[in-house]
Amino acid sequence: MILAVLSGFIFAALVPFFSKFFKRTIPFVLCALPILLFIYFISFLNQIELGSYLMFSYSWVPSLGIDLDFRLDGLSILFALMITGIGSLVFLYTANYLKGHQYLDRFYGYLSMFMASMLGVVLSDNLMTMFVFWELTSISSFFLIGFNNEDAASRKSALTALGITGLGGLVLLAGIVILASVGNSYSFTELLGSSDVIKSSSSYHWIIGLVFVGAFTKSAQFPFHFWLPGAMKAPTPVSTYLHSATMVKAGIYLLARFTPLLGDTYWWNGTLVTIGAITMIYAAIHSLFRVDLKSILAYSTISALGILVFLIGIGTEKALLGAAIFILAHALYKAALFLITGIIDHETGSRDASKLAGLQKVMMPVAIAGFIAALSSAGVPLLIGFISKEVMYEATLQLGQWAIILTILIVLTKIFLFVAGFWAGIKPFTGPLPKEFQKAHLPSALLWVPPLLLSVLSVVFGVFPGLLEKSLIQSVFSSISGSATIIDLKLWHGFNTALMLSILTLVVGFAIYWFLQPSEKNFQKTIRFERISPEALTRDFGNIFSWFAGFWTRFFQNGYLRNYVITILAFLTFLMAYRIFIGVKIHIDWDQISTVTPSEIIVVTLMIISIFIAIFSKSRTTSIVALGVVGFANCLFFLFYSAPDLAMTQFSIDTLTVLLFMLILFRLPKNKTYSSKTIRIRDGVLSLIFGTLVAILVLEVFEYPSSTDISKFYADNAYVLAKGRNVVNIILVDYRASDTIVETVVLVIAAIGVYSLMKLDLNPIKKN
Amino acid sequence: MEILLIIIIGLLHAGGLYMLLRRSMFKIIIGLILLGNGANLLIFLLGRLVKGHPPVLPDGAKIFAEIYADPLPQAVILTAIVIGFGLQSFAIILIKTVFKVLETDDLDELNSTDEEI
Amino acid sequence: MKSLLFKTASDYLLPLLLLFSVFMLLRGHYEPGGGFVGGLMAAIAFLIHSFAHGLKETRNIIRINPGMLMPIGLLLTLLAGIAPWLIGQPFLTGLWFEEPFRFVGVVGTALLFDIGVYLVVIGATLTIMFSITETV
Repeated sequence: MILAVLSGFIFAALVPFFSKFFKRTIPFVLCALPILLFIYFISFLNQIELGSYLMFSYSWVPSLGIDLDFRLDGLSILFALMITGIGSLVFLYTANYLKGHQYLDRFYGYLSMFMASMLGVVLSDNLMTMFVFWELTSISSFFLIGFNNEDAASRKSALTALGITGLGGLVLLAGIVILASVGNSYSFTELLGSSDVIKSSSSYHWIIGLVFVGAFTKSAQFPFHFWLPGAMKAPTPVSTYLHSATMVKAGIYLLARFTPLLGDTYWWNGTLVTIGAITMIYAAIHSLFRVDLKSILAYSTISALGILVFLIGIGTEKALLGAAIFILAHALYKAALFLITGIIDHETGSRDASKLAGLQKVMMPVAIAGFIAALSSAGVPLLIGFISKEVMYEATLQLGQWAIILTILIVLTKIFLFVAGFWAGIKPFTGPLPKEFQKAHLPSALLWVPPLLLSVLSVVFGVFPGLLEKSLIQSVFSSISGSATIIDLKLWHGFNTALMLSILTLVVGFAIYWFLQPSEKNFQKTIRFERISPEALTRDFGNIFSWFAGFWTRFFQNGYLRNYVITILAFLTFLMAYRIFIGVKIHIDWDQISTVTPSEIIVVTLMIISIFIAIFSKSRTTSIVALGVVGFANCLFFLFYSAPDLAMTQFSIDTLTVLLFMLILFRLPKNKTYSSKTIRIRDGVLSLIFGTLVAILVLEVFEYPSSTDISKFYADNAYVLAKGRNVVNIILVDYRASDTIVETVVLVIAAIGVYSLMKLDLNPIKKN
Repeated sequence: MEILLIIIIGLLHAGGLYMLLRRSMFKIIIGLILLGNGANLLIFLLGRLVKGHPPVLPDGAKIFAEIYADPLPQAVILTAIVIGFGLQSFAIILIKTVFKVLETDDLDELNSTDEEI
Repeated sequence: MKSLLFKTASDYLLPLLLLFSVFMLLRGHYEPGGGFVGGLMAAIAFLIHSFAHGLKETRNIIRINPGMLMPIGLLLTLLAGIAPWLIGQPFLTGLWFEEPFRFVGVVGTALLFDIGVYLVVIGATLTIMFSITETV
């Protein structure tokens, strides 16, 4: 299992090395990977039924409770199959779509890295591991969106996507950490057991709030949705794979995954229904004002994601079942539509929905795929889209007092999506073929087989829902809802309200499609609302940030060392002063203080005098000598108070420093006073305050008994364990020897620095 | 005695900071050394003063029978002194090299020369 | 500074101080002393010699470039750390010979480590001081 998850990373790492030799064949070699994985996951299908699951554990960081545990249940296998299945088709499709592209190998590397991360997200049982993979999907999608790295818009979209999803990831991390500390485990399976504890804990609102932000950013929910249309700058296979079928569903996956753990509370359901409803209706309306096929699809995808959030939010068994089917249905038809758009773009060079028409004359198989996908998106009977729509309507109709408004919302959304789906899947192929597209022709089978296959699957599952029911949807449903109800998918539900609504959807949707054409004019109308869109507001917010960062940098990084020092120390002084202001107990216990002997008085006096001389002396030599005296006095203190090692070291170092100074001294200019008197007084006052505060701080610290546990351990075991008697030396060479190694390295670096500076041959610069 | 040492620590810190704020690079190094001495003394003092009992086991004894000076701050300061020497020597050489090239030890005159080197 | 008296004195001082520094190094485990102090002493010894006789002569006495002492010393400290690995102990575990040696006491990886520190300190200090003396 671990090999299955990580193989994508291994492939991604190997691709650059082998691409030189197998430039032609490498796409086909790589296609084998998702296909094999797909078969591998299929083989698990019959082992997972009715909420049972398989666990695969590998130890990773056991001391932090982070392990590579993989949990295979209905939900994760649905996603794993989508990831590898659609992955296989996309891999094949890309081989032709980007044929001969300079960086084709790189593209495949990113794709397999993405696939592996995505598999990691849906299979990880450990939340921390899942987070790592979660962020890896953001990173690999950054590379994929920005694949055309010479295009500025591409780079910008990639950055926006990374920024939004990355920030969301951080928020999610916070949520996971709180969740794990409340539930006392990072393992999802273990957390499930303490679901009630978590729901009743005081941090519950924090947890779901943070998890929501993570899921909403990834799944492009309002108001974080705007990165998704921007991400359409990516090559079409990427849009297909990441932005309709898999990555954007990671947020949905997360919400579905957490439903049995965190769900079924007022705030959980309320928030999800509200955000989902806003997103689905907002994006569905938006999609009708676009002309670029990919934009239409992007907004309809956002809307579909909104529907999923909405359904998970409703949280009844029917709604969760609807979500389970819709995840699959949407992946099938939306991926097909994206791939078809890619073909159209590839062959005609245009994605303008208002101009494209009549292409069925030149590319019949593509047109068939498009028709079926559009019909499935619309929810026409005999297609899987129809089944999912029926279940959705039934779910909203059951809701008592909320039934009417929620049903109206979902029907409206469905009507708009009907139109969007028809524009993308049917409009380009019907009507007369315009002159400019006469030259278009049917592309290689590698391009049109994948969408056709997806569409055929929509039909197969739509006609024979029993195929899915027992094998897949049942276990998905059980793992989301945690209930063991046996589901029953039927084509024909009888004449009920849901069917009436379905017919209404189809009729109204078709009417709108008939009368409303995608046009540039409608698109222009939306532009004036751009200024208050979440995207523009975020951009303005970002600009304020970068302006402030610039101001801040120029303000502090002004190039004068002393200003830096003053800033740092003034702040430190302020902190200390505040600390002292709010209350310091200084109480000197005269009994504890050691007595003063005459020799010590002499040393102290000597030291004070030499400090002053070192600071104020006009002569350089005098200051150096005074500095030496300060050092030697220090050395005497060490000697008085039982630190012979220190005394010896200080003595040698002091000697060396004075020698060093003397050696280079006469090369330096005369001691000059550069600063004016006012500045000197200001600095003097500041320094005195600082010195006094330090002294007070020391006095205060002195109040508390020093903790000698560590020293006591060192001293007690010096002979027993380390076979020595000089504890200071034993600390240096035994207990803390690794520190000492690093310290010697520091010394070596300093020596090398000095050596190279002295060997550096610099010529004096002539001043103007 | 502790009080006297605290006064000295305060003085060393004040003097060190004052010298750090000068424009002359030579004075900055003096400031660095003063601050270093002050910090070492501070750590030493926080380990408490013990007279005449270095943290060395007497011959034949396996554990300390009587009071001893805290060895931990001593070990810390010992390496601090040696590394401090590395830092000081590097700083000294640096101003010497700067002076050789620019013929000034005024920091403010270094501001404008970034592009010329 | 090349007075005859200083020259002659330094001739005797160098071996004495070096001996003293080795003494400091070896007794470090039992009495005040150790690699840091010993290394500094040795460096000062060579420095005094170089003031009296000139750098060239001191370099002749040391034979190898003092800079080379740094990697050798670092290698020794690392060796003291790696040695326990050979018998399956964690990095830097102290190991000793059973019987104490005369003068030196119990010999173990800690001594090897201290010798490494000693060499690094000599190497670094001399590199710093010599390169300054040379270019002044």
